Amino acid sequence: MSMTRKQRRSILIGMCLAVLGLAVGLIMFALEDSIVFFYSPSDVAEKNIRPGQRIRLGGLVAEGSVKRGENTTVSFAVTDTAETIPVTFTGVLPDLFREGQGVVTEGKLRGDGVFVADNVLAKHDENYMPPEVADSLRKQGVWRGEGDAKKTN
Amino acid sequence: MIAETGHFALILALGVALAQMIMPIWGAQRGNHALMRIGTTAAQAQFGLLLIAFFGLMVAYVTSDFSLLNVVENSHSAKPLLYKISGVWGNHEGSMLLWVLILALFGCAVAVFGRNLPPDLKANVLGVQGSISVAFLFFIVTTSNPFTRISPAPFEGRGLNPILQDPALSFHPPFLYAGYVGFSMAFSFAIAALITGRIDPAWARWVRPWTLAAWMFLTLGIAMGSWWAYYELGWGGWWFWDPVENASFMPWLAGTALLHSAIVMEKRDALKVWTILLAIIAFSLSLMGTFLVRSGVLTSVHAFAVDPERGFFILGIMMVFIGGALALFASRAQVLRQGGIFAPVSREGALVLNNLLITTACAAVFIGTLYPLALEAVTGAKISVGPPFFNLTFGPLMIPLLIAVPFGPFLAWKRGDLLGTSQRLLAAMAVTGVAIIAAYAISGRGPWLAPFGIGLGVWVIAGALSELAFRTKMFKAPWDEVFRRFRNLPRSSYGTAFAHIGVGVMVLGIVATTAWQSEKIIALKPGESTQIAGYELRFGGVAPAQGPNYREQIGQVIVTRDGVEVTRLSPSKRLYDAPKTATTEAGIHASWFGDLYVVLGDELKDGGFAIRMYFNPLVRFIWIGTLIMFFGGLISLFDRRLRVGAPKRAASTSAAPAPAE
Repeated sequence: MSMTRKQRRSILIGMCLAVLGLAVGLIMFALEDSIVFFYSPSDVAEKNIRPGQRIRLGGLVAEGSVKRGENTTVSFAVTDTAETIPVTFTGVLPDLFREGQGVVTEGKLRGDGVFVADNVLAKHDENYMPPEVADSLRKQGVWRGEGDAKKTN
Repeated sequence: MIAETGHFALILALGVALAQMIMPIWGAQRGNHALMRIGTTAAQAQFGLLLIAFFGLMVAYVTSDFSLLNVVENSHSAKPLLYKISGVWGNHEGSMLLWVLILALFGCAVAVFGRNLPPDLKANVLGVQGSISVAFLFFIVTTSNPFTRISPAPFEGRGLNPILQDPALSFHPPFLYAGYVGFSMAFSFAIAALITGRIDPAWARWVRPWTLAAWMFLTLGIAMGSWWAYYELGWGGWWFWDPVENASFMPWLAGTALLHSAIVMEKRDALKVWTILLAIIAFSLSLMGTFLVRSGVLTSVHAFAVDPERGFFILGIMMVFIGGALALFASRAQVLRQGGIFAPVSREGALVLNNLLITTACAAVFIGTLYPLALEAVTGAKISVGPPFFNLTFGPLMIPLLIAVPFGPFLAWKRGDLLGTSQRLLAAMAVTGVAIIAAYAISGRGPWLAPFGIGLGVWVIAGALSELAFRTKMFKAPWDEVFRRFRNLPRSSYGTAFAHIGVGVMVLGIVATTAWQSEKIIALKPGESTQIAGYELRFGGVAPAQGPNYREQIGQVIVTRDGVEVTRLSPSKRLYDAPKTATTEAGIHASWFGDLYVVLGDELKDGGFAIRMYFNPLVRFIWIGTLIMFFGGLISLFDRRLRVGAPKRAASTSAAPAPAE
């Protein structure tokens, strides 16, 4: 079965197009389906996020809000000082989770307005403020800078 | 004094790099050998000077010289010696210095070992290397000087982020950089080829060892990073599709594609344009990795300093080199005449398929990594693209690739025989079938797709072994002939087989850990027990302890299986003195079947502790697989044909399926 140069080339091009088409389809589908938006507590209040939609919620852990429940369940509140959202989480909190510090949680809003987090993101060092949190705090005019964050230790 | 010497050497290196950038290329244009030889001298001088600068900084770290701002910010006198040394590159300035040091090392290696290269090619390569050095040295000297003094000198430094104080992580950056920067060789050769307009199989043979070495370093560097994330972060996972991980993974994918396409170019004089483009892409992605990680665009443990000025500087360097290279490529690519033709079913065809799938997968990772940045820049919306995106896009592209891997080495060049190849792979197919059924029977739970994933891993391994067996006529010829053939098989054949076996082993680990991981989070009081994956864990309570530069709380967990004590684990939480940071140290019991992984959580109100545990089946296969891949590369590197400088400009187009040298 000898083929002309043209046939060979069209098979090659067809193969490329098939793979690229597959990839584009997958990417479109995955982008539609698996990206997670980040919101501050004010965004959640304003934008009417529907319960069950997977989002990231970030802000400061409100002072005095951390309460341990049954077993490893913990409840706390995430605030950007304008709005505060109650959060519940079952699991092990990251090392640097503290009241007054920045935090990013991932999960879904429940019908009663409580945010059920299945992931609380760890930060790697003391001075680190998740950029999304820093931005939304700056918007609220309560960005406290790194020096202040350190004193809470 | 030593710091001033280092600083002086650094500035001098910039001057030498300038000479290395201009003289040899100018000489090559004019055919002036004296000018071209300046490149050789300059490359060695540049390396020597940067070595002096680097050791100057290292001495400052080891002696805790707190009159240097960089040492103050990143070191502490009570830190163990290993971390004083690794602290040199555990910060922005020092790591950039290491970057250019490795760049100069590669340039120096070409100058010393590249004696057999045509003089004009060598001159152009060294010139391009010199230009990269100039850009990054200028960046260091103007924005990131590690030798800045501070007065008055404080008595104590601020310390290194404790999470970075780890043996595996100490050597992760040097290997990663050796990989990133190693691709600069392929880049420089590609640009030199575009400048001279001459490119042939000999070119591919000169480029291949450098690309292979860079690929090996990058493989090891990524594996170390993954290994560190696994046992240090305490999240039980080994890969998170974090943008910073992706930044190192993309050049690796492009480099893997380049290694394969360079084979076609070397053997068949085909795919020239594509290979040149891949060489440019691989280094461009390395530059982009450096930019993403160092600019502070992505916030992570790697972003040492969020400094817009530095970010824009690296972005500028990146745009000049990538834009310039692509422009040169666009204007010169048609000069490169295409070589041998081939049928779709052939060794070349299989390697094209490999390239197609790997580069497409690389593009998917690229989109997933950069889409959030682009979207935020355009609309201001903040999103995160997590593992589901990558599993959904990257995963499906790997399945046809893995199915195709065993066929490739069996197919003949030019025109292959798919039916004959399939017959030779019958044994491998049978083994794969048995493996799928066995995996299904043993696991009994988990996703139905998982046994097929195990089958894919076994298929790749069995395919590579079948190829070795076929080439040595094992089971067909008398044993003394088989042994003779084993001895005479070119090392690159062994390299291919090992690299592919490594991929298969890694796939087994990835599939098993992903599909059958057990996780349990529970509150335990001292004396209480729990079970996971057939192990019984008794929590013995928590005791305080004092380390060299930290205090810790060590939990005691006694692990038994069927009433017999297996091990005692000590997961702990550490509080470091400087900087004051808490870290989690997981307690890990490793076995061939999998890892038992225990993390100590917070103390609860009733005196119990939150304990998180995982059983990760076959997880070590992931890193064992990468090690096998590395050794495959190493064996291939010592192939006689690829020895640096050895190849002559006589194109060998022999395409015997079982070459005997």
